[in-house]
Amino acid sequence: MGDSVTTVVVGAGHAGLAASHFLRRRGIDHVVLERGQVANSWRTERWDSLRLLTPNWLSRLPGLDYDGDDPDGYMTMDEVVAFIERFAAGAPVRTGVNVTSVRRTGEGFAVGDLRCRSVVIATGACNVPVVPDFGDLGVPQVTPFGYRNPDRLPDGGVLVVGASATGVQIAAELRRAGRQVVLSVGEHTRMPRRHRGRDVLWWMHESGLWAQRYDEVEDLDRARRLPSPQLAGGADVDLNTLTEAGVELVGRLATVRDGWALFSGGLRNVCSLADLKANRMLAGFDEWAGLTGRVVLEPTRVPAKPRLRLDLGSGEIGTIVWATGFRPDHSWLQVPVLDEKGRLRHDGGVTEVPGLYALGLPVLRRRRSTFLHGIEDDARYVVDHLVRTLSGTPGRPESEAGSTLGWNGHGSGDIVSPR
Amino acid sequence: MTVTDNGVNVQALLDAREALKGAPEAARFTWRATSKWDRGVHCTTTIENFYGLGAEQSHKAKSEFAADHPEVFAAEDNGITPIEYLLVGLASCLTAGVASVAQNRGIQLRSVTAVVEGNHDIRGILGDPDVRNGYNDIKVTFDIDADASKEDIEAIVAQSQKRSAVFDALTNPTDVTVEVA
Ligand SMILES: Cc1cc2nc3c(=O)[nH]c(=O)nc-3n(C[C@H](O)[C@H](O)[C@H](O)COP(=O)(O)OP(=O)(O)OC[C@H]3O[C@@H](n4cnc5c(N)ncnc54)[C@H](O)[C@@H]3O)c2cc1C
Repeated sequence: MGDSVTTVVVGAGHAGLAASHFLRRRGIDHVVLERGQVANSWRTERWDSLRLLTPNWLSRLPGLDYDGDDPDGYMTMDEVVAFIERFAAGAPVRTGVNVTSVRRTGEGFAVGDLRCRSVVIATGACNVPVVPDFGDLGVPQVTPFGYRNPDRLPDGGVLVVGASATGVQIAAELRRAGRQVVLSVGEHTRMPRRHRGRDVLWWMHESGLWAQRYDEVEDLDRARRLPSPQLAGGADVDLNTLTEAGVELVGRLATVRDGWALFSGGLRNVCSLADLKANRMLAGFDEWAGLTGRVVLEPTRVPAKPRLRLDLGSGEIGTIVWATGFRPDHSWLQVPVLDEKGRLRHDGGVTEVPGLYALGLPVLRRRRSTFLHGIEDDARYVVDHLVRTLSGTPGRPESEAGSTLGWNGHGSGDIVSPR
Repeated sequence: MTVTDNGVNVQALLDAREALKGAPEAARFTWRATSKWDRGVHCTTTIENFYGLGAEQSHKAKSEFAADHPEVFAAEDNGITPIEYLLVGLASCLTAGVASVAQNRGIQLRSVTAVVEGNHDIRGILGDPDVRNGYNDIKVTFDIDADASKEDIEAIVAQSQKRSAVFDALTNPTDVTVEVA
């Protein structure tokens, strides 16, 4: 028999540490188990040049606000790690502990051989890069986890698949390094870095859109699946700036047949959808602010004849970068709370198994749930619920405020997205 | 408040989507056509039955489609060219999508016209290996009269492409098997 503790938090990213913050405040005896070090994902799973796409003033964790001298800047990975390490001070973290099984027991759970009454899953939403399976392609391939910088890629052109935050940032950087870059563009979320002189995330934040609660979102399934916005920390990047830089846009990679990559002929439509949604979002911001006179984005310039096929054997492409999204890994969870698609079933972080909770999943309780500044409300609620369950008075904690400023939902169904 | 009526039963579609969530098998449809050669490049295709919702289904009536080639191709022009049937499919599918999306968004349509043009270099089918057999590109132009802003209309048209079976079938490759029975 191993030891026991009241609550186990799995994962020492900012989400698990936020759970620990509130558990300490409530006096609940707990440990945070982390397979690597604190902020492991930021240390080991990000590329060199990455900066947060949220400005510094939005780097807010419970009890820790950004206090540096560049509130409008965007943190480098070293800075994020340092920020999260500061936040970890005082948290009972056990590093180097990889959780490989969580099972139900009579009184609660067994996490490995550690017994506990409740578990908070905070292992992150982006554990595994999603890569479509087209069989053997005969070209070196890399995911965002393996990608570090242009110099480390084999020589030659690069096919970047996916035009969300990761794909557009990597495409821009490879092009700057002099590579030939073909960017395969499927559905994406266009978002200008600035709107009327302010960071677009200021608008998301101040308008209350980001605070919209999961039970107020019109199409929650869809909101949880939305691709990350085409944003970069401190740089302007969208399909037009990429085209200007010499990146070639092609449609969504539909399949690979006989060594040829085949791209969808629907590029124009995914670009118009993204333009329309982005303009609708900006109009919504203006409406919220009571501003008249529309700001309309320059339409995405789609090549007159986008290439529909590319010979992967011709030597033109030396590497494929899969920027096709991420998914969580719950393979170690032996409690039946996954749906038929392998997603964790939960209601705002509360699973149907008493004592089992989750944090850090897309739109968990708010649109901003996966972002640094989004964790506070979620973690407070989940820990409140957990404490009530422990004390035998389960039920919903005090109701939370909805979107603070009454975002009217104008076009919001399609806008904000977790990464 | 006036009620939007484009003649599309959106509620039934939304209900179907919910119902099929629990029964993915029922969502598998097979569409069928049977084509008989007449003479020359003229053939007649009949469509009557299909499979879906877990059972054999039939249309209210059998439909027949004649296909031939025009006289400039030295044929008898007993019907439209097979590749023109793709335009029929695309235009009807996108138009149906426009009506459904508009209905769902509460937008009353007064008229919808789609003009579809497919550019085709016939040297491909005549054996030039450097020219593709199929369309080089297709252009659809919608003319829509509705109680909505230009932007809302553009959004409906974009959404209709996003959910169109034929748009997908034409823009993305499909695995096709042809066998001799
Ligand atoms: C490329 C990228 C860029 C992003 N940029 C931003 C941004 O600019 N601004 C922003 O606010 N958000 C951003 N995010 C979103 C989010 O803030 C990060 O994903 C963040 O890392 C999520 O924090 P977390 O605590 O939920 O998960 P993580 O930080 O992933 O923490 C989970 C921890 O659990 C550990 N773990 C996992 N499995 C186990 C196990 N079985 N046993 C023990 N430990 C385990 C991991 O090692 C990790 O340390 C970005 C995400 C990505 C992928």
